[in-house]
Amino acid sequence: MSTQLPDSETETEPDTESEPEASPGDRRRAEKRARQDEAAEQRAAEEAERAREEEETYHLKVFRYDPEVAAKQEPRFDDFHVPFEKGMTVLDALIYARDHFDSSLTFRHSCRQAICGSDALFVNGRQRLGCKTQLSDLDEPVRIEPLPHQDVEKDLVVDMEHFYDQMEAVEPYFQTESLPDDDLEEQRQSPENREYVKLSTRCIWCGACYSSCNIAAGDNEYLGPAAINKAYRFAMDEREGEEMKQKRLEILEQEHGVWRCQTQFSCTEVCPKDIPLTEHIQELKREAVKNNLKFW
Amino acid sequence: MTDIHEHDVLVIGAGGAGLRAAVAAHEAGADVAMVTKLHPVRSHTGAAEGGINAALREGDSWELHAYDTMKGSDYLGDAPAIETLAQDAPEDVIDLEHWGMPFSREEDGTVSQRPFGGLSFARTTYAGAETGHHLLHTLYEQVVKRGITVYDEWYVTRLAVTDEDDPADRTCHGVVAIDVKTGEVAGFRATSGVILATGGLGQAFDHTTNAVSCTGDGPAMAYRVGVPLEDMEFVQFHPTTLPSTGVLISEGVRGEGGILYNAEGERFMFEGGYANNDGELASRDVVSRAELTEINEGRGIEDEYVHLDMRHLGEERIVDRLENILHLAADFEGVDGLEEPMPVKPGQHYEMGGIEVDENGETVIDGLYAAGECACVSVHGSNRLGGNALPELIVFGKRAGLAAAGGDLGEADIPTGRHDEFETDSIDSPVPLGEAGSLDDEAVADGGPALSDADSVVEAAVEAETGRVETLMDREDGVNHAEIRAEVQRTMTENVNVFREAPGLKRALEDIRAARERYADVSVDDPSRTFNTDLIQTIETRNILDVAEAITIGALAREEFRGAHWRAEFQERRDEEWLKHTMLAWNGGSPDLYYKPVDLDGENEEHTYEPKERSY
Repeated sequence: MSTQLPDSETETEPDTESEPEASPGDRRRAEKRARQDEAAEQRAAEEAERAREEEETYHLKVFRYDPEVAAKQEPRFDDFHVPFEKGMTVLDALIYARDHFDSSLTFRHSCRQAICGSDALFVNGRQRLGCKTQLSDLDEPVRIEPLPHQDVEKDLVVDMEHFYDQMEAVEPYFQTESLPDDDLEEQRQSPENREYVKLSTRCIWCGACYSSCNIAAGDNEYLGPAAINKAYRFAMDEREGEEMKQKRLEILEQEHGVWRCQTQFSCTEVCPKDIPLTEHIQELKREAVKNNLKFW
Repeated sequence: MTDIHEHDVLVIGAGGAGLRAAVAAHEAGADVAMVTKLHPVRSHTGAAEGGINAALREGDSWELHAYDTMKGSDYLGDAPAIETLAQDAPEDVIDLEHWGMPFSREEDGTVSQRPFGGLSFARTTYAGAETGHHLLHTLYEQVVKRGITVYDEWYVTRLAVTDEDDPADRTCHGVVAIDVKTGEVAGFRATSGVILATGGLGQAFDHTTNAVSCTGDGPAMAYRVGVPLEDMEFVQFHPTTLPSTGVLISEGVRGEGGILYNAEGERFMFEGGYANNDGELASRDVVSRAELTEINEGRGIEDEYVHLDMRHLGEERIVDRLENILHLAADFEGVDGLEEPMPVKPGQHYEMGGIEVDENGETVIDGLYAAGECACVSVHGSNRLGGNALPELIVFGKRAGLAAAGGDLGEADIPTGRHDEFETDSIDSPVPLGEAGSLDDEAVADGGPALSDADSVVEAAVEAETGRVETLMDREDGVNHAEIRAEVQRTMTENVNVFREAPGLKRALEDIRAARERYADVSVDDPSRTFNTDLIQTIETRNILDVAEAITIGALAREEFRGAHWRAEFQERRDEEWLKHTMLAWNGGSPDLYYKPVDLDGENEEHTYEPKERSY
């Protein structure tokens, strides 16, 4: 199975369970959990029945895990049969399943239009944004899992902290020594240079590339494609100037930087914003070589 | 009792306004923390497409920008707010450029500007058709650079406010938030100020450009602790959203020359006489009404939408300036904008009203501030111009940040709170308004002796919120929030849309009342503390109920047609009677309606704000 489970599964029991005296509230919640599991079985049977009766439904197999709920502590896949409407996306189907069948089904989502980057998922074996993936483009059953290579918090929600740490490790902010004196005067940038960095500025921090990267999976300290692309966005921006570019290349040349990339193109293939990540990494390698030659 | 997190300034929400406020407060020397239910880069500011209005160029001036904005507001904006926006926008936009924002550029390397609806000068600064994405990321970069603390995926559910009778005597000492990851309920103490920057409330409607996280949290929380909501009936319906999803197609398409056609192939904005001068680039309210009139009179396509055609602009120009639109039309409507016209119809887009604040972002409650879409200064009055939301975020986000950090912005001209001379009113509602069988009365403003020290106020709020969460988690076999939410969205879209009439508005009030009564039995089925989105959405749904009701009360009260608010019974603007803001006070759960005069008295010497007919 491609989905990694957290190592600390057994350590994340809820506090309420370990307290010597369970309050009435705790007991009620425990009962509620037990009943929920029964309800889940019953629901699956009812949905399968619906699926037989109704003509067009889509069959989803959705990864489930919750460190606190007995029946979900051992990861499992739940089946949902969702009525299909033209134009329906994977996210629409998940929302339908949650709102109609199981309100505990948990996934991140917000904008529904591929700009917030919340809903990168592993769908039929590939990293995709749920909101941007048409059900009709997928084979059934549609298998929906959390992003591989990241700890699962619950169901389809993964821990993004490490990804954010990598993004923030490359000094991901504009730096320049020479701003115009006038507060109302902008820096000049040629349309060509703006065009040159344009694709790199489209990153929505969804983490699909990082999850797809074999190198990142094996080397936890590897900056990864998204963070390197973020550094590229500034290094190639002519407004920062040559001196800053040198500094950025030094950061990227560290042990877990650009040289780790083995140009497998998996990041580029899964990027929902079509950013040529591998090319950007390669270009930075070339710049670094040029840079090093200069100092010989 | 868990530890209370303490900072000088707390910013609630991390979109454009919140991030800008945090940077400003930090620069003023404050210890700032952001508490936000989404990681900052997930915020819906990122979905803004078109641009940022700012008078940067020769031939343009802040006076012209202010005049256009006042006209666009249909004379319901307040002059001090509008002039502050127009005066501050140029410097604040250049700040973004100095922070590296990748604006689109002219050949000489200066930032580009383009025409937008309702503007007398092409002053909309932009970064492709993804201006909001770049603004959001640029501001977050500045927050990272400054090492500002961010509590992300912490959902603020309650404000910790003292309980004096008059809201003007109350003080806000902090907030209560739920850590989404663990379910922990924790207190946050602000020694200097709390800034609400929670964004929109589009989830009160079922066809909206807003994210699912735009649930009116800020307005609802502020309302319940005594801050009035202002002009809530003014909801902007954007004329070009994709019919199946509500995804926004930027006004930039029309700014660049895109044309609207009905089913008969007529360019109806001109041929139908809706806007003989500006056509497609008339103000948004004008275009939305025109489209729905065409559709209602049988000239829509599939009785549902009209066509927006940009093919004649040519591939090069489209790819250069509107590339993102091609992706959106293809991914969310299956249409190739280079080959065929795009289907569009009006969709809920923006709430002009909100938390009453002055031009320094201060509410009537001491220590409580608001900025961005959740606030109402009022810059937009009854209709916001395209390209005026993003400058509002940065201008008033910055001002609120400075003010909350103790900076001196001078005395505000805009009054807040209720004054004796204000006119009061009531509506003919078929049902009781306000809370129905509440879980508890809000905040610390209920019963008991006045709490004297700030920590106790926060602790009491934490205790109250913990009780609420326990009640929701423990209740058995109640109603699921999704049913309630769907019902509110349905009735709002059916009855409180572009065209409004009294019987429909009353039906909406009845439906909202019924939904409130069902909410008294709402329960959370997911028993887990970990990432319980069932719980989060249940709490959001209560906020949706409050803002939906406030919008509908305002819509029934305002018996005229102004800006985005149109009434079948009153199809004219009535300046003698209605040059005033609709104010709604929570009043302990029984909403109280009154009016505040509009301030049209500016310092603009080139253009007066004398109300005149608004034609485009």
